[in-house]
Amino acid sequence: MNLFVDAWLWLADPLNWQGPGSIPVRIGEHLFYTGLAMLGAALVAIPLGWLIGHTGRGRELAVGISGAARALPTFGLLFLFVMLIGVTLRGPSTVFVLMLLAIPPILAGAYAGLEVIDRRTIDAARSMGMTEWQILWKVEVPLGLPLLIGGLRSATLQVVATVTLAAYVNLGGLGYDIVQGIQLRSYDQMLGAAILVILLALLFDALFAVLERYAVPRGVRAGRDTDVRTTPTGRRATAELTATT
Amino acid sequence: MIEFRSISKRFDDGTLAVDDFSLVMPSRQTTVLVGSSGSGKTTLLRMINRMVDATSGELEIDGENVSTIEPVQLRRRIGYVMQNSGLLPHRRVIDNIATVPRLNGVPKKQAHERALELMDTVGLDRDMAERYPSQLSGGQQQRVGVARGLAVDPNILLMDEPFGAVDPIVRADLQQELLRLQRELDKTVVFVTHDIDEAFLLGDQVVILEKGGRIAQKGTPAEILAHPASDFVASFIGADRGKRALSIQTIDGAQVLVDGDGNLAGRLVEAGPA
Repeated sequence: MNLFVDAWLWLADPLNWQGPGSIPVRIGEHLFYTGLAMLGAALVAIPLGWLIGHTGRGRELAVGISGAARALPTFGLLFLFVMLIGVTLRGPSTVFVLMLLAIPPILAGAYAGLEVIDRRTIDAARSMGMTEWQILWKVEVPLGLPLLIGGLRSATLQVVATVTLAAYVNLGGLGYDIVQGIQLRSYDQMLGAAILVILLALLFDALFAVLERYAVPRGVRAGRDTDVRTTPTGRRATAELTATT
Repeated sequence: MIEFRSISKRFDDGTLAVDDFSLVMPSRQTTVLVGSSGSGKTTLLRMINRMVDATSGELEIDGENVSTIEPVQLRRRIGYVMQNSGLLPHRRVIDNIATVPRLNGVPKKQAHERALELMDTVGLDRDMAERYPSQLSGGQQQRVGVARGLAVDPNILLMDEPFGAVDPIVRADLQQELLRLQRELDKTVVFVTHDIDEAFLLGDQVVILEKGGRIAQKGTPAEILAHPASDFVASFIGADRGKRALSIQTIDGAQVLVDGDGNLAGRLVEAGPA
């Protein structure tokens, strides 16, 4: 437990919260790379996922990409790209590798969100005279949003955790404190930074959980409520219980 | 008037769904296409709004070849009611009904007013306007579907087994409602079903289809019942059995009618002035 107390003291030390290389700066760097990688990945994966989901073509491709890319060794890839592209461009290469990590879950979320929609709903939209764009924006995107946000959620978690590796190519972030902590054997710093990474991840997870909930269209949520047939019996059971007591 | 001229449809997988089909569907009448699955009836219906394009032949609406009309524009002019209503689950009833007018650029307020009127027309309580489709019963959803089909006041209303998924009592109710609507609105209705009773009830012209969209017989329900053109038709309409095969029995000098199952169907009386 001593280690956790030390880590807490490190985190609480006001000196660690100011100046260059302080905790806020590291968090800022961490969020910067996370945001950049997520933005890049979303710009690639969402349109591609929607295209696949809307047309139904290239589904195997999406599954293949998602599966294969999940197995990529991020750490190795990071060094490979920094070596290949050159140390001066290590920022872009890091972001690129993080994007590769984030694309599969977003792609899967985007196309799966469209794929689970009842074909009859889309057929009806088309037979009413919606153009393909209108079908996409007015029907498929709203109905597919919860799954897309689910994809963004898992991508963000992976990226937030993996940005830690950026410190190995000297880009800062909270990984810097971890790497430095290992080298200096200052475990309070290492653990303190690790806790911050965990907190960031939990924060994003909570944020996306809320978003995901609100992304479910009201009509769909309303339907779910009435579909749950155990609810009335449950209530009745409770009522009976309270009646007898 | 909708006219099919030598229409054929071969799907990509090679199945010939419709083979050389020709038919005239008169304006302001209900034409019912009836047949079992695989008879191509839905395919024929969907050719009218170009959800399916014919492989060969010509289809004209009021003399205008549909292949020259842009599909999206064509579909917005034609009402379409499908089985399971096909309502958009994330939109309220009123927005579902107003969908096509809104696509056509009708202002929201006006489209909503019209939607409320249509709810009256199809016998839906206006209180339901704010609900979502999932909060309605199957019968109510179908009514919303019909209201949506009527939203742009189309000349043509296509109905693809619209009452196939509701229970028999609600179905009977909706059928009567459609007859009433048709008397009031005078649309050209094309109705697809596999239920011959429904076809006889609703159709001015009934077209019985065999596999591949071959017309086994077409005519008014009375014509078909009086003279089934083939054994297939006779068996399809059940002319030789059940409640359509009535026989006369004399009991104490009065003539009663007994159906094919041996149940009393009624009494034979002199026909009144037609």
